Amino acid sequence: MPSAFSADLLIQASYLLTAFLFIMGLKRMSSPVSARSGILWAGAGMLLAILVTFLYPGMTNYPLILAAIVVGSLLAWWSGKRVAMTDMPQMIALYNGMGGGAAAAIAAVELYKGGEHGLVTMVLAVAGGLIGGVSFSGSLIAFGKLQGLIKRSFRFGGQQALNLLLLAGALALGTMVALHLNASAGVITAFFVLALVLGLTMTLPIGGADMPVVISLYNALTGLAVAFEGFVLGNAAMIIAGTVVGSAGTLLTQLMAKAMNRSLGNVLFSGFGEAGGGAAGEVSGSMKPIEASDVGVMMAFASKVIIIPGYGMAVAQAQHKVWELTQLLLDRGVNVKFAIHPVAGRMPGHMNVLLAEAGVPYDLIADLDEINAEFETADVALVIGANDVVNPVARNDKSSPIYGMPILNADKAKNCIVVKRGQGAGFSGIENALFYLDNTRMLYGDGQKAVAELIGAVKAIG
Amino acid sequence: MTGIVALYIFMLAAFTGYEVIARVPVILHTPLMSGSNFVHGIVLVGAMVALGQADTTLEKTIGFIGVLLAAGNAVGGYVVTERMLEMFKSSGAKARGAKGAH
Repeated sequence: MPSAFSADLLIQASYLLTAFLFIMGLKRMSSPVSARSGILWAGAGMLLAILVTFLYPGMTNYPLILAAIVVGSLLAWWSGKRVAMTDMPQMIALYNGMGGGAAAAIAAVELYKGGEHGLVTMVLAVAGGLIGGVSFSGSLIAFGKLQGLIKRSFRFGGQQALNLLLLAGALALGTMVALHLNASAGVITAFFVLALVLGLTMTLPIGGADMPVVISLYNALTGLAVAFEGFVLGNAAMIIAGTVVGSAGTLLTQLMAKAMNRSLGNVLFSGFGEAGGGAAGEVSGSMKPIEASDVGVMMAFASKVIIIPGYGMAVAQAQHKVWELTQLLLDRGVNVKFAIHPVAGRMPGHMNVLLAEAGVPYDLIADLDEINAEFETADVALVIGANDVVNPVARNDKSSPIYGMPILNADKAKNCIVVKRGQGAGFSGIENALFYLDNTRMLYGDGQKAVAELIGAVKAIG
Repeated sequence: MTGIVALYIFMLAAFTGYEVIARVPVILHTPLMSGSNFVHGIVLVGAMVALGQADTTLEKTIGFIGVLLAAGNAVGGYVVTERMLEMFKSSGAKARGAKGAH
């Protein structure tokens, strides 16, 4: 066993190395070429930090610590290995909530212990506890909603007033604790109960479509809570890692909200679909059906095809078939690209994960800014499982709830083929003007079956 | 650690996080969110210290829950991020061995 001095030095040096590995790891994740190694770097940093923490001076309860680590790790490892890629957003929400809960637990232990902390330390302990608690219960609700365990959006009059009241109550109790006015166990417990309830009532009214923004926000909040508790414990690794995640998560949240054409305040304080009222109507013309064999010919002899996948494609498990079709077309010399809207899937970047799972190489995938100018030169735009993100009313109908949202210009392609199960409106209930355009044809049927028919049609040409 | 030093760390880390993420392409946003979710799993070392210094049954119980949750955050975040990033491949990488790629 090293002496207390050298153990401390070893711990501090290791934490410094951990912070370095985290930042380098996140940086390496900024390119698909090095992304895989990025998570390995960060993982090595985490392992190092955990190991040296066992040398921390003045620690007891080692059996309890080991038991908790083993149980928590095994459960998370087991669930993480078997979750389907389509369910990834809610799994991230769940793991994030656990981190927030852990930060709140640290705050609780420190506050129940009492002791003579300075004012700044007490304020940060309380703030981290509040944020961590909200992130914990809020993330669990987000998980429940995306997993389909909670189906309704609970809304009632005075909801904002109730949230404000809960927040004011938590702040008042937190102030009492932080200033040592009354830091009895009862007050501390009431404080944490209010924080947890606030997370519930804040998240319950938010619709499933807005959950990605909420998950991202809670991710940033958990980072902040971790940084605050890191200050309380005098742990630089926690301060750095938590703050990096807090600011990165804030940026990510803004990017997502912008892609969805919603402000963060709008997501948190109003329900989707209510802003537009009854203005979802009047589109003239009719939907014109087409046969798979005709589409097959059209695509096989095209020079450029752009495929626009949406979450519907993943639900129908059609992504493997879509890749098979793409390979056939590529072999014929057709230029095929995938156009991904920032909010395709259930989270920005989610569709890329689903396509990657099917084996689509990332260099065939383009995002909105890269591809939108190319639609005018495309012979065929194949829309499969996407709806609102290709709806031209977002460009020209001021009364539409999605007006102003950036969209993929599928309507500018020479031919637009929409694979769709039936004639109903989309997830948001808004009529899609694209379906009624002169250059649009509807290929009705289940996504997977329709694409299989297209594959057959292209193969038949030989 | 003095308060002002902690503030410096806080400020520099905030800029670092912002700059590092600002260059990430949209296609990696989901793994990235998952990856940053893993990084705040560092809360585990704090939870270990909190439980290691807990005295009463109440403190030990809360500390135990904290370590359990934090371990779940760290391990779960790592596993799902690694699974997602493993799948990202370029056409070049595919052509070496895969059939059908041009």
